[in-house]
Amino acid sequence: MTRYVLTRLALMVPTLVTVAVLIFILVRIVPGDIVELRLVSGGSFVTPGVIEAERQRLGLNRPLSAQFLEWMVGIFRADLGTSMWSGNPVTQEIAIRLPLSLQLAVMATLIATALAIPLGTLAALYRGRWIDHVVQVISVAGLAVPSFWLGILFILFLLGVFRYLPPLTFTPLLENPRANLEQLIWPALAVGYRYSAVTTRMTRSALLEVLREDYVRTAWAKGLARRIIVRRHALRNALLPVITVIGLEFAFLIGGLVVTEQVFNLNGIGKLVVEAISQRDYTLIQGLMLLVALAYLLVNFLVDLIYAWLDPRITYQ
Amino acid sequence: MAGAVGRVRAVRAVPGWLAIAVLVAAVLAPAAPAQQPRRGGTLVYISTAQPPSFDGHRETTFAMLHPVKPHYSYLVKFDTQNYPKVVGDLAESWTASRDGLTWTFKIRSGVKFHDGSTLTSRDIKATYDKIIFPKGDVVSARQAMYQSVRAVEAPDPQTVVFRLKYATPGFLEKLASPFNFVYKAEILERDPHWYERNIMGTGPFRFVEYVRGSHWVGRRFEDYYERGKPYLDGYRVLFIASRSAMLAAIKSGQALTEFRGVSPAELADILRSAGDKVAVGTSPWQCNNTVAINTKKKPFDDPRVRRALTLAIDRWGGSQALSEIAFVKPVGAMMLPGGAWAMSDAELARLAGYGRDIAQARQQARALLREAGVPEGFSFTLKNRDISMPYEAVGVYLVDQWRQIGLNVRHEQVEAGRYFADQRAGNYDLVVDFACDFIDDPDVQLLKFLSADVSPVNYGGYIDRQLDALYVRQSRTPDKAQRAALVHQFERRVLDEQAYAFYVLWWQRIIPYWKTLRGYKTTTNHYVEPDLAEYWLAE
Repeated sequence: MTRYVLTRLALMVPTLVTVAVLIFILVRIVPGDIVELRLVSGGSFVTPGVIEAERQRLGLNRPLSAQFLEWMVGIFRADLGTSMWSGNPVTQEIAIRLPLSLQLAVMATLIATALAIPLGTLAALYRGRWIDHVVQVISVAGLAVPSFWLGILFILFLLGVFRYLPPLTFTPLLENPRANLEQLIWPALAVGYRYSAVTTRMTRSALLEVLREDYVRTAWAKGLARRIIVRRHALRNALLPVITVIGLEFAFLIGGLVVTEQVFNLNGIGKLVVEAISQRDYTLIQGLMLLVALAYLLVNFLVDLIYAWLDPRITYQ
Repeated sequence: MAGAVGRVRAVRAVPGWLAIAVLVAAVLAPAAPAQQPRRGGTLVYISTAQPPSFDGHRETTFAMLHPVKPHYSYLVKFDTQNYPKVVGDLAESWTASRDGLTWTFKIRSGVKFHDGSTLTSRDIKATYDKIIFPKGDVVSARQAMYQSVRAVEAPDPQTVVFRLKYATPGFLEKLASPFNFVYKAEILERDPHWYERNIMGTGPFRFVEYVRGSHWVGRRFEDYYERGKPYLDGYRVLFIASRSAMLAAIKSGQALTEFRGVSPAELADILRSAGDKVAVGTSPWQCNNTVAINTKKKPFDDPRVRRALTLAIDRWGGSQALSEIAFVKPVGAMMLPGGAWAMSDAELARLAGYGRDIAQARQQARALLREAGVPEGFSFTLKNRDISMPYEAVGVYLVDQWRQIGLNVRHEQVEAGRYFADQRAGNYDLVVDFACDFIDDPDVQLLKFLSADVSPVNYGGYIDRQLDALYVRQSRTPDKAQRAALVHQFERRVLDEQAYAFYVLWWQRIIPYWKTLRGYKTTTNHYVEPDLAEYWLAE
């Protein structure tokens, strides 16, 4: 097991390097120039000398190979460089936003899981009955409604009916739990609902498949209680694909809530990704994409470890 | 009465029944009695973008000014209550020599920086030296604006002298740039980049906190030189990029305003929700949409074709129709409509595309196209930014106008990075361009339209030495009437005779703000605002 864990962790390094090379090339293929966007996009007149001086200061005139090498050396020293737009270290820019994005991802995952597993189980156990139909309607609606749109509806409802708007600035959970939850509960509900729809459908179909397995039939034949069959035998095995979906969704939430964060004015990683791309802030884009790639790798790794815990047949020898 | 007129003007931007309702309320409402400013409270307002750095001398965006400027003072500044009048800030008084080559400023005594040190003329000299003669890798975005300056001197602690190479009208206004924060000489000597990441000024508010992507906080500077000011205890800027989130914040009262501007539809939305708690300031805006033509491409290298394109645009009808849905309205040439340098209506009407008889203009346009050999149904692309307000509305309107003279136009909207890259590379036929600045001065407004080898932002690519010569002449003509005549000659050449580029419409600022915010007056540009030393909260 230890060897497996170490091998998996070591394999992340070449994956991340490949991602880094691809990101470095892709962001430079996109047309646009951070200096023009910064100095000219306001409509003011700026001389070519000023533009050239700024390019030089940012190191954009140096050969791409030199820029890449410098960035890679920095990564191995845990230094992602400096944001070309703000001049702040990339790690600092990310550190400001990461607590909010992580907390929102955790809250949305908890809400989604708390909804999806009971609903999916009920739908599978009562397949074709009215409970199944109700759950299907709820989950299909969740898939059809984008979370940002649901978020807008929440805001309009709160504003229209209660003249209330959730706080617009982030307060850390430990500093003021009430203010923190007041801000994050609404986006967590909006995102969690869509997330639960995907997971509910996965739980239902996985459980239906497991319930048809021979060992479950044997358990029924042995006269085991329904509760034990479902909980101990069926659900535990059915959760394997569900865990995969939860893991992928969680990793997506770290940097993927682009529009929802805009709607609720959340200072998260998704909003930062959009800003960095629209400003052509190469170093920040590179740092953010590496973070997202790392999140996916780590979550997949954790999912694999959970597999072994859930299913004793899986070994990592 | 003036208040009622202001309110009447404001509601013109609001469509339908809402406009009528607000209009009736405005007429019936008694004029508010003048009130004594009240001390206290924190003003919360929105900025739709974040400052790239905190250094006013290197940045060009309102996103830096709106949160940062309350921390600084200026040598001279624009009086936002009587814009564009220039008043002294750190300068108590000033004189110009008879030949206009020497400007002497007397500095207030006892002005304190936020760290408790005393400001002297040395700080002002260091500030303007950094702006006008940046050294090493220091970037100054407005260096070109002060080409006439030979030297800045500080002969004694309370005197600053600007010596010019040639007399230039509008020099005082240029000194009053809202970007010209006065910095501390000692800090600049130690590290000229210090101000990019730090704040240390003599302005009415001290710096408290900045959380990138979230908010900026300032607190009253108790030792501010103007006794009794500022009235506010502090201010908080919320950075909100999403328009829907911004509107929600204003509607809920979590923020009292945003000092750049909203569209008529957004205004209507706010008024529907917040009703009479919100006042509206409107003003022509020192920003506009122009069309740059790629004069290196056929058939746009032919002045007849370019003239036909501008003749086809019904600016007066467009002003009426588009102002209902977008923040564009005033019809004008190259200088701010209604401003000190604007052409008279009679002069304006003689320019191609500014007449009131659009049918006749379009007939003339068709004839010019035939003469130039451009066939009916000729196709080209109008490139535009992917920003809805007001670019999209203006672009769609232009496509329709040209369709009416038998042209087939494809409207291509691209995001900002590609938009600027394509303009620079000449990868376009026609492009919806724009200009914004803090000052209605010909030196600033006309610079863009000089020959391409002189002006790097002349994306049209034309070379016209007559224009370049006219520019220099107007810039060195102290007599205002003579200078205006030269400016109008320049405008006629660009917009009419050669039709190198043309103006579509100027923008119109619409600023909704909660009535609890007092002392605020909407000006013609969003760079000189906010002036937080003057504002106070009614409750």
